[in-house]
Amino acid sequence: MKREHSISVKNLTKKFGDFTAVDAISFTVKKGEIFGFLGANGAGKTTAMKMLIGISKPTSGEAEVAGFDVYKSTEKIKKNIGYMSQKFALYDDLTVRENAQFFGGIYGLSKKVIKERTQAFISELGIDDIADHLVGSLPLGWKQKLAFSVALLHRPQIIFLDEPTGGVDPITRRQFWEMIYKQAHQGTTIFVTTHYMDEAEYCDRVSIMVAGKIEALDSPENLRKQFAVNSMNEVFLKLARG
Amino acid sequence: MSIRLNNISKSYGKVKAVQAISFEVNQGEIFGLIGPDGAGKTTLFRILTTLLLPDIGDAQVDGKDVVKDYKAIRNHVGYMPGRFSLYQDLSVEENLDFFATIFGTSIEANYELIEDIYTQIEPFKKRRAGDLSGGMKQKLALSCALIHKPNVLFLDEPTTGVDPVSRKEFWEMLKRLQAKGITILVSTPYMDEAALCDRIALIQEGKILEIDTPHNIAARFPLHLYNIAAADTYRLIQDLKAYTQAHSVFPFGKWVHYADKRSDFDPVDLRNYLEKKNHKNIVIERTAPSIEDTFMELAQHE
Repeated sequence: MKREHSISVKNLTKKFGDFTAVDAISFTVKKGEIFGFLGANGAGKTTAMKMLIGISKPTSGEAEVAGFDVYKSTEKIKKNIGYMSQKFALYDDLTVRENAQFFGGIYGLSKKVIKERTQAFISELGIDDIADHLVGSLPLGWKQKLAFSVALLHRPQIIFLDEPTGGVDPITRRQFWEMIYKQAHQGTTIFVTTHYMDEAEYCDRVSIMVAGKIEALDSPENLRKQFAVNSMNEVFLKLARG
Repeated sequence: MSIRLNNISKSYGKVKAVQAISFEVNQGEIFGLIGPDGAGKTTLFRILTTLLLPDIGDAQVDGKDVVKDYKAIRNHVGYMPGRFSLYQDLSVEENLDFFATIFGTSIEANYELIEDIYTQIEPFKKRRAGDLSGGMKQKLALSCALIHKPNVLFLDEPTTGVDPVSRKEFWEMLKRLQAKGITILVSTPYMDEAALCDRIALIQEGKILEIDTPHNIAARFPLHLYNIAAADTYRLIQDLKAYTQAHSVFPFGKWVHYADKRSDFDPVDLRNYLEKKNHKNIVIERTAPSIEDTFMELAQHE
C-alpha cells in the first residue's frame, strides 16, 4: 500500500455471530482529502469506523490507517489520529483550558506545547473570554468547535468526525465546515460521517454504505451524474431505499 | 384551537430558557418548532405536556389549562421526548403493553392507529427495546406515544441523528396521522423537514424569530440570492467574504449562497472580481431563498 494514502482498506469485514455488519469493504483515502462516510442507521458505519480507529478487531480483510496495521498496531493508530463525535466531545465540568490540558496530556504532549497550542486555537477562535468557563455552560455549537480544536492538539494525520454537527444551528454548522476545509488545506485527512446531505456535498469524495457494503463511492458531482439527480439527498434516497 | 401559548417565560437560575412565547396551533395542524440545540424547544414541550411549570404566562392544550387541568391533559396527549425514554429492559411488546395499561386501554383497542407503524417493528416484538436500532427505537417510541389515541401529539426532535431515508419514512407516517385528525407539534433542527410542516416557528435563544407557513418564511428573505460556484470552494468562500459588498456568504450544498448589500447589484462586477482572484469555472446564477436562508438571515441579526 502506498503512503500517499492516509487510509487503505481492502475487503474489511466484521461479523457478529451470523450477522455480517461490515461486508468486505474496500476504499482508499488520500492525504488531505475530505472523505464523507455515509449510510443509513444500521448500515455498518460505526462498526467500520471502530475498526479503523483501532478499537474493534476485524474478522477478516486488511486495513492501514496513518501507515499502521489495524490488527497489529492499534496503539500507534490511536496516537496518530484524532477523534470526535457528537455524543462525546469534551468534559462538561472542566473548563476549555482544562479539557485541552487533559486531552493533550493523554497524548503525551509537554505542558509547554499544550499551553502554546491551546492559546493558539483560543486566539484563532477569538474566545479568550470563555477559555476559563466550564464547557457545560457553553452552547452546543461552541462545544463542537472547541472539541474539534482539542482533537487536533496532538496534530494527528487523520481526524475522524462522527456526526460532528448533529443538532447544531445552521450558521455554526457552516463555521464548523470552514474549520474542516481549513484543516484539510493544511494537509490533515478528514474522515466524516453526517446525516446532513448538504454537508455530503462539501466532501471531496463520498462513500455510501448499504447493509454492510459500500454501494457507491465517488465525488458528489460524479454521484449526482451517475444517478441522474440534482442533489446528494436524492442519491442517498435512491441507493438506500433500493 | 388545539394548542395556545400566551406570553410563556421560563428561566433556570440565570438562564432564560424561553422568553415571552406566544403562538397558537390549529386543530389537525402540523406545527414545527425549528431551531438549534438550546433554543428552548424542549422547555416548551415540557410546559405543554404539564411536566414543567412556566414562570410567567399561560397555556392551553386541547382546551385545558396546563397548570389547573394537568391530569386531564395527560390523558389526551402523546409525548415523544428527545431522549429515548422507554424501558430498555422490556421487550418491544412489553413496552407497548405497559403504556396501554397505564392509560387504561389495550394494544388491541387502538391497534388501528398504530398498525401502520407497529407492523414495521412487530417482527422484533420479543427483542429488548435497548437492543433496537435507532430507527426502530423511534418507531416504538411513536407507537407508545399513540397507544391511548391522543388528540395532540408532541414530538421533540424525533429525527435527530436519524438517516435521511428513515427521516422521510417518519414524515410520511406523520402525514397519515395528521389525516386522522391528530394535531402535531414537532421540533427539528433539520430545515428540510420544516418545509413539510403547515406552519413553523423559527426559534433561537428562547425567542421566536418568525411564525408563518414555510413558503412565506422563505419568501421573507430580504435580498436577491445567488448560487455561486468555482473550482476551489474553500478559496471561493474566503474571497467572497473579503468582497466589500458582501452581505452574506454561506456554503449551501454544492453552491455558495451569496447576497449583496447593493440594491443595484450586477453579477458582472462580482465575476470580474473572482476572475482577478484567479478563480476557474465560475458560475453565478439567481436562486430562490429557502427556509434555511431566512433562518440564518434572521439569526445573524439577532
